[in-house]
Amino acid sequence: MTACATPIAARVVGFVDHLRLNNFAVGISETRAAVELLARPGFAGLEQAHRGLKVLLSGRREEWVRFDDLFEAYWYARGRERTQDYALTHTEIKSNAPGRRMWQEHLGQAEGDGAVEAPGEGEADISGSASGRVVASDRTTRTQTDLSQFADPDEIAEAERLAYRLARAMRHRLSRRHRPHKRGRRLDMRRMIRANLKHGGEPITLVHTAPPARPVRLVVFLDVSGSMKPYSRFFLQFVKGLICTWLDADAYLFHTKLIRVTDAVRDRDSVKAMTRLALMADGFGGGTKLGASIGRFNDIYAKRALNSRSVVVVLSDGYDTGTPETLVRELGRLKRRARRLVWLNPLLGWKQYEPVTAAMTAAMPLIDHFAAANTLQALADLEPQLARL
Amino acid sequence: MTSPVDIHEGLRKTGYVPDDTLATALQLSIDLRRPLLLEGEAGVGKTEIARALAQAIGARLIRLQCYEGLDAAAAIYEWNYQRQLLAIKAREHDGSAPAEVEDHIFSDTYLLRRPLLEAISQADPPVLLIDEIDRADEEFEAYLLEVLSDYQITVPELGTIEATSVPHVILTSNGTRELSDALRRRCLYSYVDFPSLERELEIVLARLPEIERALAEQITRFVAALRREDLEKVPGIAETLDWGAALIGMNVTGLSDELARVHPTLVCLLKTEADQKAITSEVASRLAGQAA
Repeated sequence: MTACATPIAARVVGFVDHLRLNNFAVGISETRAAVELLARPGFAGLEQAHRGLKVLLSGRREEWVRFDDLFEAYWYARGRERTQDYALTHTEIKSNAPGRRMWQEHLGQAEGDGAVEAPGEGEADISGSASGRVVASDRTTRTQTDLSQFADPDEIAEAERLAYRLARAMRHRLSRRHRPHKRGRRLDMRRMIRANLKHGGEPITLVHTAPPARPVRLVVFLDVSGSMKPYSRFFLQFVKGLICTWLDADAYLFHTKLIRVTDAVRDRDSVKAMTRLALMADGFGGGTKLGASIGRFNDIYAKRALNSRSVVVVLSDGYDTGTPETLVRELGRLKRRARRLVWLNPLLGWKQYEPVTAAMTAAMPLIDHFAAANTLQALADLEPQLARL
Repeated sequence: MTSPVDIHEGLRKTGYVPDDTLATALQLSIDLRRPLLLEGEAGVGKTEIARALAQAIGARLIRLQCYEGLDAAAAIYEWNYQRQLLAIKAREHDGSAPAEVEDHIFSDTYLLRRPLLEAISQADPPVLLIDEIDRADEEFEAYLLEVLSDYQITVPELGTIEATSVPHVILTSNGTRELSDALRRRCLYSYVDFPSLERELEIVLARLPEIERALAEQITRFVAALRREDLEKVPGIAETLDWGAALIGMNVTGLSDELARVHPTLVCLLKTEADQKAITSEVASRLAGQAA
């Protein structure tokens, strides 16, 4: 390719670089293809070039939508250098899921210098590594509360271990594909013919297949509203344990809004992870809009996040400021996409508690498994039940 | 080489009305021999594009519908076991050596070609439609990548089969699962949106030649307004066409004048119970008012 010397080629290289800065997944081969594309007859006009490059260089819907602006910004020099980063809405499978010790690491720091506290416990000091500006506004609304009971390192380690065990118990479900298996139910004709050539084609040696176990996908919703406050720190740890031991998992926080926190929770750097969580959980300790939050999930994330092998875990006390009708409608929509719905309610462990909140009563028929989650023991008891789901 | 205008015209002749970007995408995919990945809501005509393209360039359409659990036997090839067994039995008596029998039964005659193998062993390049790739599992996607980059398939018993012609590949996805970056980078990409008012009108007129222009305009405006309502399942182009055909069949000439007759026909557009309940006759009358 000799075109690199031409001014247009240099501009194209700059454009691809501009896209890369804006988080497009484009590499050198794309640059080459783009230069070659513009050398083709019929792509000289700006409009044609625009369309051609759009088709060539964008690879997903977010990129497709932003391309026009970026193209204009670069070629018409409108001076827009870098647009705001989009929150990723797709589930990325991170091959380098951080190890289980991550949480412990975070805890050490939290206890040591108070630089990083779990959200909900007063983010006043969080400014350690990230921007302090959101924190400043938080400071006015929150005071220190007594969550120290959960900061016992042993219990934290226990929560993490439990999350790991639960994850393992729910981890595999049967696939619909078949693989060779010693005691499968179906015959593998191809292998059988091969194996029985020596018997003149009589099927004497049988070869079986069976569906192998496949990982299920886990989607966790954690209620971080005011009523859940005493538990949210503990559950955050639990969720983090689940997400970090499980490749195919997704986590969401909700109060009056819903936020996807999978990436934040998975962050290798635990200081950064907790800071990000804290920033995301702006509004921690407010009211709950259960129905609306799940509705938002249904609208935006559900198609991608859920498949027929999904287990949805909701950690909430069921105190809802929305109407029960909304909750039931949205849970119904959720149920249609997911395989199982597990609701862990910390209040259920209390002696006199009956699921009497209007929302909880309404939601009961849709829930596959409803259990207490107020103590570590209660969580541990879940394991055999979840394994059966 | 055909220019984008030609593809545009060719598609139009088959009754498909593409927008300029889509025509460019198809053109590029043909010229650069790269697969084209189409994403978009259900019902925007992604599958139809492949059909129209095949018709426009006079190629054969080979379709592979993906589903969870799609395996090599259904996507690539399978041996014809019944015939193999018969052949083994038949040869038993002429005392052929086992090696000879093996060579014989694992030959091309006993190979059942499934869409992928079929597509690369055509004399003329066909259009290969890989529909709803997001429904297949990751393993299949990885395998597909290999096929799409080398255009060759390895059958252990036969060796590697090279493509005799490179098919025009169109992949569609509804976004039920995130596709891998590797696959995205291998493909050209186009996001297919619901058509603009003008384009949908053109489509309706092209597909339903007997429709009155005034009614067609009302229909498209009504559907466009309906898409802005809060629905579970937004009606696609196929639904608009169904509805148009239904209205023609009932000799309806205007939406707002004959609302009582029109309202029951909305079943063509609203495909869930909740949606049907949400669009009451009052809502329908408001929408028809906007459309008139």
